[in-house]
Amino acid sequence: MSVFPFILISPEKILFDQEVSMVVIPGLDGDIGVLPQHAPLLTLLRPGVVTVYEESKILVRVFVDGGFAEVTPERCVALVTEGTPLETLDKAALEIEIKNLLEDVADSRTPEERKQADQNLGIAQAKLMEVLTIQKLR
Amino acid sequence: MATLKALRDRRKSVQSTQKITLAMKMVAGAKLRRAQERVEAGRPYAHRMRQILSALASDAQALETPQPLLIGRGGTNIHLILVATSDRGLCGPFNSSIIRQVRKMITSLQEQGQTVKLFCVGRKGKEMLAREYGSLIIESFTDVGFPRLRFTEAQRIADSMLKMFEDGLFDVCTIIYSHFRSAMIQEVTTTQVIPVKIDVDQQEKESLPLQAVYECEPVEEEILNQLLPQNIAVQVYNALLENAASEQGARMTAMDSASRNAGDMIRNLTLTYNRTRQAHITRELIEIISGAEALS
Repeated sequence: MSVFPFILISPEKILFDQEVSMVVIPGLDGDIGVLPQHAPLLTLLRPGVVTVYEESKILVRVFVDGGFAEVTPERCVALVTEGTPLETLDKAALEIEIKNLLEDVADSRTPEERKQADQNLGIAQAKLMEVLTIQKLR
Repeated sequence: MATLKALRDRRKSVQSTQKITLAMKMVAGAKLRRAQERVEAGRPYAHRMRQILSALASDAQALETPQPLLIGRGGTNIHLILVATSDRGLCGPFNSSIIRQVRKMITSLQEQGQTVKLFCVGRKGKEMLAREYGSLIIESFTDVGFPRLRFTEAQRIADSMLKMFEDGLFDVCTIIYSHFRSAMIQEVTTTQVIPVKIDVDQQEKESLPLQAVYECEPVEEEILNQLLPQNIAVQVYNALLENAASEQGARMTAMDSASRNAGDMIRNLTLTYNRTRQAHITRELIEIISGAEALS
């Protein structure tokens, strides 16, 4: 099976850089599966899970909180703000975080604060959703 | 001539100063290594981002709604200078060389009849500029990146810059920071971030998929809307990382020469001390001998 390099980078470090056979990235309007020789594509990413496949096994699942991805026939590069391996996310901790963020949203006074809080909440909720989905799958 | 006790005390105080400077040098060395790693780690992201941006920007001129972050707003009357310095001193000429560059830029811009505003990151820069250009400082951040710079902090700075830009507080923004070459060499660097200057060097250009016609999702404009602010944050983040590494490098060099100076001073003091002690002993001996001779 043919492979291509997939690179996942955050501003602070390289999160993943390896030859893979397929990745599924969370595009803005739905997940995008990328195989070798994919047509050139530039897309925004929504907060969600990047799934990396080697052969037909899942190598890693990484939660990313949005960013960009550049796909060319030779490679796929995802630029994200932050990435966390899915298995390190904890359901209970996320539920507490969401509760706190809900309060933040309620407490925000300026529109900017509101926007920021909403954004954080959206990311946390997406995290929780993915964690729940994974649990169901098992 | 100083008394023996005074000399002894003096030597002791220089010795303890030397201990401090040596310790600071070691700490700076350790921090430098970590800061350097972080600078390296930050490069791939910035590099890719520049590639994507230049691929998009090449035909961005044709967009229906022009992107002010990319091509500017036409006017270049109000300059914002983002001055990145350190929060702490004792790092040799690190801060003063940045400030010197800032002064030069302010003077030359003002001579051209343009308005200058300052955005200070780091306590030292703010303190040093406050006396002369206090009225120009419109925003300042201190204690950024302590104990360790996170991207979110750079993003906060970038966000407040972007808000000012939207409010029309400035037209052009430049970052002045110190680029890390090596522990000995730091270069004060001036980078224009708004509007974005994309200089793709030849090598990068060739590695770009030639005229790659990207499928964009959503439309190109949407992507640029996200990419451009993010790019500012990345630039700020990179500048701050470089600055942090430079600061530690400068501190290491400064502390190294301070320790060496202290060593020289201790040697001289020890010499004087021993000479004075010897002189004392000789004098006392002479007194005893001449006393004995007078008796006999």
